[in-house]
Amino acid sequence: MTHWIARQRYLIDFTLAALARRKVRNIGLLLVFSLLVFAIASVMLFTSALRAEAARVLAASPEVILQRLVAGRHDLIPPGYIERIGRVRGVQRIEGRLWGYYYDPVVKANYTFQVLADNPPAPGSIVVGAGLARFRGVRPGNTLSFRSYAGRLFSFTVTEVLPASAELVSSDLVLLSEADFRAFFDYPAGHYTDIALSVANPLETRTVATKLSTLLPDSRPILRDEVLRTYASIFDWREGIVLTLLSAALLAFGILAWDKASGLSAEERREIGILKAIGWETGDVIRMKLWEGLLVALSAFLTGYLAAYLHVFHFSAAFLAPVLKGWAVLYPRYTLTPAIDGLQIATLFLFTVFPYAVAVLVPIWRAAITDPDAVMRA
Amino acid sequence: MIFQPAIIALLLASAVSVLMLAAAFPFALQIVRRWDIASGSALQLALERRTYLFSTLTSLVFATQMVTLLLFVFNADKMSVMFVGAMCAVGTLNVNPWGFPALYAQIAVFFAAAVWLAINHVDNQARDYPLVRIKYGLLMLLLPLLATVLALQLEYFINLRADVITSCCGSLFSEQSTTLASEASAMEARPAMQLFYAALGLAIFLNTVHAGFGRRWSGALAALGGAGAFAAAIAGILAFVSLYIYEHPNHHCPFCLLKPEYGYRGYLLYLPLFLATAASLAAGALQAFAHHPSLRHLAPRASQRLAGAAAIGFWLFAAIATTMVWTSNLILIES
Amino acid sequence: MIELKDIHKAFNQGRENEYWALSGIDLTLEGRKVTALRGPSGSGKTTLLTILGCLARPTRGRIRLKEEDVSGLPERFLTGVRRSTFGFVFQQFNLVRGLSALENVMLPAYPLGLPRHELLARAEARLAGLQLGHRREARVEWLSGGEQQRVAIARALINDPEIVIADEPTANLDTALSRQFMGILEALVDEGRTVILTSHDPLVVESTVVDRVVTLRDGRIVDPGNAA
Repeated sequence: MTHWIARQRYLIDFTLAALARRKVRNIGLLLVFSLLVFAIASVMLFTSALRAEAARVLAASPEVILQRLVAGRHDLIPPGYIERIGRVRGVQRIEGRLWGYYYDPVVKANYTFQVLADNPPAPGSIVVGAGLARFRGVRPGNTLSFRSYAGRLFSFTVTEVLPASAELVSSDLVLLSEADFRAFFDYPAGHYTDIALSVANPLETRTVATKLSTLLPDSRPILRDEVLRTYASIFDWREGIVLTLLSAALLAFGILAWDKASGLSAEERREIGILKAIGWETGDVIRMKLWEGLLVALSAFLTGYLAAYLHVFHFSAAFLAPVLKGWAVLYPRYTLTPAIDGLQIATLFLFTVFPYAVAVLVPIWRAAITDPDAVMRA
Repeated sequence: MIFQPAIIALLLASAVSVLMLAAAFPFALQIVRRWDIASGSALQLALERRTYLFSTLTSLVFATQMVTLLLFVFNADKMSVMFVGAMCAVGTLNVNPWGFPALYAQIAVFFAAAVWLAINHVDNQARDYPLVRIKYGLLMLLLPLLATVLALQLEYFINLRADVITSCCGSLFSEQSTTLASEASAMEARPAMQLFYAALGLAIFLNTVHAGFGRRWSGALAALGGAGAFAAAIAGILAFVSLYIYEHPNHHCPFCLLKPEYGYRGYLLYLPLFLATAASLAAGALQAFAHHPSLRHLAPRASQRLAGAAAIGFWLFAAIATTMVWTSNLILIES
Repeated sequence: MIELKDIHKAFNQGRENEYWALSGIDLTLEGRKVTALRGPSGSGKTTLLTILGCLARPTRGRIRLKEEDVSGLPERFLTGVRRSTFGFVFQQFNLVRGLSALENVMLPAYPLGLPRHELLARAEARLAGLQLGHRREARVEWLSGGEQQRVAIARALINDPEIVIADEPTANLDTALSRQFMGILEALVDEGRTVILTSHDPLVVESTVVDRVVTLRDGRIVDPGNAA
């Protein structure tokens, strides 16, 4: 065992010296390799951070949302529905919700107007999201005017700007009182946008949903779990698409690695010939070259991953955001919560180091089987 | 099919492994047919050199299988949010009938590759390479096995459909979708415990005996004991070890053990178990070749060493499992 | 020590440019002697040297090294035999550029996995024995021709081989350095080593240090020399 370790140390020593001797050649490969890891790692870190963010936000939303459908389209909940649901067993709380979209021609963006049941702003005042506040340049105390769809001008006092921590979803939010909401949108009295139900026991959500759809056949219950699942698979899907596009780069990289590994310089060929002649075995040469590959791969992996980490968590994924986030005009400005997960690293490893290993395997072997007597015949 | 990085990576790794072995197949065939150690001809020299490539290639496949085995399980666990009723990896693997067979096939490849590498290692120490034909015959058998893994994985992933909301038909397919078996079926705790300790004890005993004697019969028994202990150990993990670790009387999952919530204790269990099983299988396989003159000393020595390692590995596994049970707050069996 | 029986060696076997470098060599070499192989270029002396030194396997024929048949040995084991029994000094010295003299000397022992301090001590002793102790950290490409050859000799001796093989050792040296080399050769024999070399340099072949001269032509032995 000690022999084995000592042997590997000698091989690593030799490899390091050899790498240092051929700096230029190796730096090129290292750079391309790191870049590839960087690109793939950025995509992965970013989507998983978005997924986590979405899950965190949804954690606070109600377990079941009930919408009414008319001709397959989402419609208002007419008066009496909440009462008809009455007391379904397992439901802790029923609440009619009011929310809608508003297009602001000033900044050419869509806002979400919403009425909160728990301590809503006083009539005449609003609470706005951080993105909106930034775009319209308002601070608490300022007045903000919107022209309603009916053409009337409404002025509100901004009492508060929402914290930036949950900006991904609250960036374009306007919170207002129920009276203001109904007046602004000419919303019919007694109607609601949808109904939120909270269910205490997660195992009962499904039963509750089934009961609701029999009770109100023209409505559909949406479960939080299902929203979560849908988000997750949408993000997965986008991540997959980007990675598939990157697979062309992966292939190109494999070819480059193969080429680099098989295009031994005359000097290197001579060196291997010498080593074989003075008593290195084919296996020793293969092991030495494998160490070389491993060192290159690991340093590229670390460099690329570190760069991707900084890119995503400190520079808010500047290169990727437009592709992976969505298509809202009010881009949230936020820092994602850093998260590293083993599965992701293993996946990334399979995506980058494994193809590299495969690409250099045959060239390494071919270099290693140089005839030991080649140096004498030269 | 669910389009996901881990899935793409898994399929990529399996496909490339199959392709590599398939590309090597004709050369392996040539070795089986044309090998002549006594000859100094150019062809024989070329064949000998090719064996280096195959050793390296199989090692790579083996290492890849280790990584993908873990990735497969982890990914299944992560995907469990996408399926109604799936709580962890078991549920995800039960989404369609291909999940568990894919996992089993992958474990089989792991053991097969380990045994092959052991045979290869010993054969490479004998000056006349007595097992070359057998080795390359076996390597050709590894190809269909790997292809099976790929096929099963492909079937499994292609037939995965996440229960997601689609705009037309809305929600609540919860109603239609059958509930997944989220828990692995498990034995009763008490008989499982008896089986667990009996099989492990037997395996430790048999492997120790083989480490001492190094006979053909003892080698076969050691391998059998190892295989039996592996099955009993998995059954035991399902039936009671996992319950003690989760401290929950009904959570029979063999995979959640690997998660950070449970302090990665699964690695402590599975690492010695898998290595010990591989070692005992390899010990039995090697002993079978002891009758070759040039392996008369090499094969038994390596086999005995492996058996010794296997005995230690099984013992370690049993000790770790017992400690985990001992320190648990759950009481399953009133004494 | 080494016994060759009906050795044949072909290159490009089975192809159009097939060519037999050796055809039917029978030769027995004793230990603790200096044997020189002589012959015009293309006579097969270097090929014979590679077969004697276990660098290559004969296409046909038997080699016995210290009473052991090594003719059919796969490369893996042939390398082991070579590493422990032979030391090589090549015509072009074949040092690895970019490494120091010391590192070059240590190279053949890397696969053995000796403890580092032990190997270092051994390598330094070898260099000092050849009056090169002061140049140990110098890169080999900065050394003079004579120094390079002495580094090559030190490297050949690092694994303490019984047999030293030298291919045209004086081809790149002037007369003074060639004489110095013959001195080293004598010292090697005094240490009890066997030396096999190829040369057509009269300074070597006619030297008193050389015990036996084998003459080759067209892949055959034309004069086996005075086998003692």
